[in-house]
Amino acid sequence: MTAAPIEGGVRRNRVAAFFGRHPVGMILSAPYAVYIAVVFAYPLGFSLWISFHDYFFAAPGAVVDHPFVGFDNYKAVLTDPAVRQSFGNIGIFLIINVPLTAALALILAVALNRVVHARTFLRVAFYVPYVTASVAVVGVWLFLFNSGGLVNSVLGPFAPDPSWLVNEGLAMPVIALFVVWKQLGFFILLYLAALQNVPNELYESASVDGANGWNKFWSITVPAVRPATALVVILALITGANLFTEPYLLTGGGGPNGASTSPVLLMYQRGLQQGEPDFAAALGVILVIGVLIVALINRRFIEGKD
Amino acid sequence: MKRTLPAVLLTATLALAAGCDGSGGGDASQANAASGPITIWLSNNSEELAWGKAMVESWNAAHADQKITAQEIPAGKSSEEVIGAAITAGNAPCLIFNTAPAAIPQFQKQGGLVALDEFDGAAQYITDRTGDTAEQYKSPDGKFYQMPWKSNPVMIFYNKDIFAKAGLDPEKPALSTYDEFLTAARKIKSSGAAPAAIYPAPSSEFFQSWFDFYPLFAAETDGKQLVADKKAQFNSPEGQKVADFWKTIYAEGLAPKELYNGDSFADKKAAMAIVGPWAVAVYGDKVKWGAVPVPTSTGKPAEQVKTFSDAKNVAMYSACQNRATAWEVIKFATSQEQDGKLLDATGQMPLRKDLQTAYPDYFTQNPAYKQFADQAARTVEVPNVPNSVAIWQAFRDAYSESVIFGKQPVADAFSGAATKVDELASGS
Repeated sequence: MTAAPIEGGVRRNRVAAFFGRHPVGMILSAPYAVYIAVVFAYPLGFSLWISFHDYFFAAPGAVVDHPFVGFDNYKAVLTDPAVRQSFGNIGIFLIINVPLTAALALILAVALNRVVHARTFLRVAFYVPYVTASVAVVGVWLFLFNSGGLVNSVLGPFAPDPSWLVNEGLAMPVIALFVVWKQLGFFILLYLAALQNVPNELYESASVDGANGWNKFWSITVPAVRPATALVVILALITGANLFTEPYLLTGGGGPNGASTSPVLLMYQRGLQQGEPDFAAALGVILVIGVLIVALINRRFIEGKD
Repeated sequence: MKRTLPAVLLTATLALAAGCDGSGGGDASQANAASGPITIWLSNNSEELAWGKAMVESWNAAHADQKITAQEIPAGKSSEEVIGAAITAGNAPCLIFNTAPAAIPQFQKQGGLVALDEFDGAAQYITDRTGDTAEQYKSPDGKFYQMPWKSNPVMIFYNKDIFAKAGLDPEKPALSTYDEFLTAARKIKSSGAAPAAIYPAPSSEFFQSWFDFYPLFAAETDGKQLVADKKAQFNSPEGQKVADFWKTIYAEGLAPKELYNGDSFADKKAAMAIVGPWAVAVYGDKVKWGAVPVPTSTGKPAEQVKTFSDAKNVAMYSACQNRATAWEVIKFATSQEQDGKLLDATGQMPLRKDLQTAYPDYFTQNPAYKQFADQAARTVEVPNVPNSVAIWQAFRDAYSESVIFGKQPVADAFSGAATKVDELASGS
């Protein structure tokens, strides 16, 4: 006769353990969990599955085999010269884009933080390219950097030949500079927010100790905004890894001669245009692993162990 | 629990993924016999759209129980990508009047197309209407998965005003050999009559070779396709000659190596262009144009020159449930009457063997189009082989590297591409 209350109590404990002390929290977070499962986990798991099979998109009702092929797709990706070139291109992009983004964003944020007049106008001015569609601002850069463009008109005989966007050595740096310019407004905002948390007393103490502007910037500002720097670097890395629109539009589908093809652009070409989603999925998985490794290294060196 | 939930999610995801293998039910023979309302997609070209709407209206007036609902192909980077996605989603319309022959092998592999041979007399109808050219539109399994509809045989368009300014004969310019073409191009450039002699898109998209290399290759080889009998054909003396011609054009700066955003010919940035008759309506009165066949190394007579067809066809998609109606609509839309209306509205050439004799009045009233009709009888289609798009991309990459940017000898680039293309064409 005493068993039922005990069983009920155990059941209640299990339910409580599952839902936690505040079950309403589970209900409130459920929509987001569903969203993550549908929009993130399912496609990720599906692409992982595709990458290990001979897969192509088929019509509903079409009887097609998708045999397991082990690491064949990964082997195809890793031995494809176009893939190696695309990762090399992204390497060039990151080497130029990430340090320049972090340095310029910090310097401009510090400057904007001190500006008294026209502060809002200046902040908005830097932010406008970020919120403008890439397709629209790409037009401006094409006008600037094509062979008869403004930049070459100014440079005259010093203009590069072949011109910027069809020069294998210059196409990727131009894209990297474009992305620095386009994204800068967002990263400046991150730094501006971080700068609000730096106690003014530190600068005052440093002034009393005779530190000059550079010393204060290097010894106080830079360490104080280190978490923001870590975030800026990670986000810039992810932007680089996801690079697609800019090479596609600025250099006509990854030209010249593949010098600006990015891995994501290659995924699009192979997966959608050429009907090889299995190859594209394997490339995507490798890209994700690459970004995770770089992010971990970034955490280790920039964020520190704290 | 912290570890169990993600594990369950991942397992469920993989299980779902494994289950999504595209297999399912569906009674094809029942759908083939069914009649009823259908949907069709039309190109968004305004002249073609006007023809399509009129055709639909005409059909609907006589078939109250089998109405057509027509719409433009949804916007996307390219029609092929939109159609591919629609096939996968199972919501492709019954018919698309803008199906690119190069995409047919991929759509077929996806299980997205209906073989038209499944309808009584279909193969005969296609051959009767199109003639020997129909053979180019058969798939490797010997069936028609596309109704050859209309072509835009590409020719060299030239701007008469620019030619006159450059001291060239605007009425009968000498452009039939590579040497003549290069001489004219050099004169245009050196005289400053136009910034570029000709301006094919130098970008890397797989289809760009259809408007520079391929028409000249078709002309030089008397009609060879890029791939025949599962073997690449471009790695040959003829292919090398065509490549050398274009390489000279780029090396001498007669054509720019960077993309032009817009229509360089319409904007008078280039004196020549390689386009089909669709462009006539687009240029309108903006350009005083003339057209000649593409050049060959020896200057073949115009009546022997072959070129790329730039055709768009009608295909029936497997999501269609009322396929009997769809087949009747294909026949209606490709009838002599509707083809005549298409010709009249768009200037594009219906793929009919009797094109000029079927519409004598049109060609009398529009003599400018007569040469396109002549040329339409000598067109070369893209090869209908597996991995068609990948093949074109492999070729384009090699062409871009060696011909446009001169980073590798043409022979080496073409040889490497041929090996890759042979592999792709064999279906591996």
